[in-house]
Amino acid sequence: MDSPTAALHEGTHAEHPSYQRHHFVTMAQQKESASFGMWLFLLTEIMFFGGMFTAYLIYRNWYYAAFVAGSHTLSIVLGTTNTAVLITSSFTMAMGVWCAETRRRGGLIVSILLTLALGLVFLGIKSVEYHEKWVQHHVPGLRFDAMTFVHPHAEPGQAAEPPLSLDMAEHTEVYFSLYFAMTGMHALHMIIGMGLLIFMLIKAIRGAYDNGNIAFIENFGLYWHFVDIVWIFLFPLLYLISRHQ
Amino acid sequence: MSTILSLPDQTTARIPKRNYLNNENGLLSWLLTGDHKRIAILYLISITFFFFIGGALAGLIRLELLTPQSDLMAADTYNKVFSMHGIIMVFLFLVPSVPATIGNFLIPIMVGARDLAFPKINLLSWYLYVIGGCLTLWAMITGGVDTGWTFTTPLSTHYLNTNVVTAGMAIFIAGFASIFTGLNFIVTIHRMRAPGMTWFKLPLFVWSHYAASILMVLGTPVLAIALVLVVLERTIGIGVFDPTKGGDPLLFQHLFWFYSHPAVYIMILPGMGVISEVISTFSRKRVFGYSAVAFSSVAIAVFGFFVWEHHMFIMGVSNYSTLIFSLLTMLVAVPSSIKIFNWAFTLYKGSITFETPMLYAFGFMGLFTIGGLTGVFLGASGTDIHLTETYFIVAHFHFVMVGGMLMAFLSGIHFWWPKMTGRMYPEKLSQLAAVVTFIGFNFTFFPQFLLGMLGMPRRYAAYPPEFQVLNVFSSAGASILGVGYLLPILYLLWSLKYGKIAGNNPWQATGLEWQIQSPPLTENFVEIPIVTQDAYDYEWLERQKEREVTQVG
Amino acid sequence: MSDHQNHHEEQHEENHIVSPKIYAVIAVALLLCTALTVAASYVEMGPWNAVVALAIAVFKATLVVLFFMHIKYSSKLMKLTVGAGLFTFLALVGMSMSDYISRAWGSF
Repeated sequence: MDSPTAALHEGTHAEHPSYQRHHFVTMAQQKESASFGMWLFLLTEIMFFGGMFTAYLIYRNWYYAAFVAGSHTLSIVLGTTNTAVLITSSFTMAMGVWCAETRRRGGLIVSILLTLALGLVFLGIKSVEYHEKWVQHHVPGLRFDAMTFVHPHAEPGQAAEPPLSLDMAEHTEVYFSLYFAMTGMHALHMIIGMGLLIFMLIKAIRGAYDNGNIAFIENFGLYWHFVDIVWIFLFPLLYLISRHQ
Repeated sequence: MSTILSLPDQTTARIPKRNYLNNENGLLSWLLTGDHKRIAILYLISITFFFFIGGALAGLIRLELLTPQSDLMAADTYNKVFSMHGIIMVFLFLVPSVPATIGNFLIPIMVGARDLAFPKINLLSWYLYVIGGCLTLWAMITGGVDTGWTFTTPLSTHYLNTNVVTAGMAIFIAGFASIFTGLNFIVTIHRMRAPGMTWFKLPLFVWSHYAASILMVLGTPVLAIALVLVVLERTIGIGVFDPTKGGDPLLFQHLFWFYSHPAVYIMILPGMGVISEVISTFSRKRVFGYSAVAFSSVAIAVFGFFVWEHHMFIMGVSNYSTLIFSLLTMLVAVPSSIKIFNWAFTLYKGSITFETPMLYAFGFMGLFTIGGLTGVFLGASGTDIHLTETYFIVAHFHFVMVGGMLMAFLSGIHFWWPKMTGRMYPEKLSQLAAVVTFIGFNFTFFPQFLLGMLGMPRRYAAYPPEFQVLNVFSSAGASILGVGYLLPILYLLWSLKYGKIAGNNPWQATGLEWQIQSPPLTENFVEIPIVTQDAYDYEWLERQKEREVTQVG
Repeated sequence: MSDHQNHHEEQHEENHIVSPKIYAVIAVALLLCTALTVAASYVEMGPWNAVVALAIAVFKATLVVLFFMHIKYSSKLMKLTVGAGLFTFLALVGMSMSDYISRAWGSF
């Protein structure tokens, strides 16, 4: 591995690196354009999820009891674990960016592998949760039955959930619609991100980032952290509605 | 009639040997190009294609409405025809019309850059547009879609047996084309300006595209999520908009109009940019109140996000909220009229000439003003209750979109045609086309204001016989309008081979794009210019010319 | 093209490399906040439960944006961009809510 500081100085003072595109005057201009463009793309993502957050806010106020009941069917252990997993993957990704910036190829590869692994763990846990919903008939449209909320049955050793009126129980379908739409879109973003991670891994192993052309890694890092932020909001909104009841 | 047109001596003039059109050859060099000018041409060809499909559907609508009975086609066929007309015209023609063609071509040149910031994303945008367009056509051929262009739930999710999913996905994909165009423009305008090109030296065309791009980037994703939820509701039956499950169909409309009202400004703002350039050039004056016009574009973009509910006044939204949105709607009239007033003051004591782009620009100013003022009727919640869902609203948005935007588009196409192709269009014929379009337009859509006031509802194949006279007027006008639109495509194609050589600056305009050869080089500038002059500085242009003369002498 | 750089000077990002130590501190803070938000949801606070949960989430998101996403070290333009996203999102939520909160007013 090169000495990071020496490599850094070479990189920043090179006049026209080979990876500078023809229509940019300076490398700084190219780098700024790329990260600015990425941020604008993230704005579109904010608004994309924003539509669902708006829907969530409205229906949560309308059908609060249904949202509480729906939320209580989710496993807080799995949800918290997943939050920790995703935050850790954000950290490993940030470390990956740092390794790339300081030209540590080995560190970069390890970071990408860890991020990828944590992403897989997240999706694995998510699929366990989805499977549970399927078994419990909590998948809106395809396989849904609100009766478990009208006649809640107690697990041994636990108090039963308070029963809902039939009308309110049926509205848990709205909660689960939003649950699947929001976590599903989030998971889709994770899957896309993991595809890009694999692409990045192959390039990193081939040494494509050793010359300091790391805009892709930096911008992917922004994307990955954004996906993390979405989950940071989804977790309390979906899992933690009034757990004390 | 006086003219500022100054063409080079036709006996000696030649199209520059090296330019973006002949830099590389072969179909692949076009399909894989990163050159913003070539992508603009690709876009121009595709949107023209969709314009004529949408136009043909409009023709069918007017033909059906010639008689009170639904006789040319069955009522549900009529529903499919007007839905497709709306979807194609809004998403596949108006939204990309000026930005993706003229904007794509000119923004980098106007800011003094060699290309847009992300050439590959620009190409991707075109491919997404084409995929979206093909899916739309597929939806149309395999049975059509009859939701209207608004995909209103629960009609679209529960009650229709047509290709809603295909059409929804098509618009989803075409939406990303628009997002990428806007994203590219914003980054380019922020990061790629030439040395000395400060924000207040930018042409107003760039400002208005900047404002429209903000709307594209921030608005379109909300439409995307609304469409995704509709598709999910239709396919697997989730319950976000479904009232039987506790969802609120109005939420769909909130999300839809959160995009689709700003989309109106996505459509009109770039057109306003064109008009600023054209009015200034053909009255030989700096645009009056440059910074007011520049900021009014941004103001329209910002206000645009706060008025969407005026599309929903009669849909069961809260009265109090109606009051707020009605008041906010009036606010948008302020920046729009700032523009109109400033253009009028630009004309005042200017040396006005009446070339084709200017004729179209006059058409724009008149028709847009009428369209805008009738918008006040619809924005005021009281009159809206009577007028909405009638032909009044149809006439209103056609005055803004067709009378405004299409006029601006044609104005821009004529204005920059010499720059894009290196050749002039035939002046007399195109002036005739501009006049025919204007007359045909008014014949088509003015009677619809009257029909709407009388209470004729929109979206029906049949109507009471007492409305027939005005409908015949309208249909007759549509045939004149059709001729007005066919003429340009014929003579513009003709001019590609037989038009006069235009030279660098046929209009004696001041923009950076006129200081380079036409058609431009692939890299736009031999050397990145250093900008010292303000926009629309005609004295600077005179000095430049004098300097050239002395240098040559 | 040094003129060009002068011209854009105020917008230039410093090529700032955030140290792993900061990343680690932020990651630990995020994990602690996660624990805190779970714990808080088990405490009866009435309507404040939602407020606390959202406040913690906003705080966590801010940490991610500022440090993991380098906004603390970025140009004004980037900060403004993030602000624009937030503003438009709030416009969507706020203006939609203007309808939903007042629908029932005056009807009872």
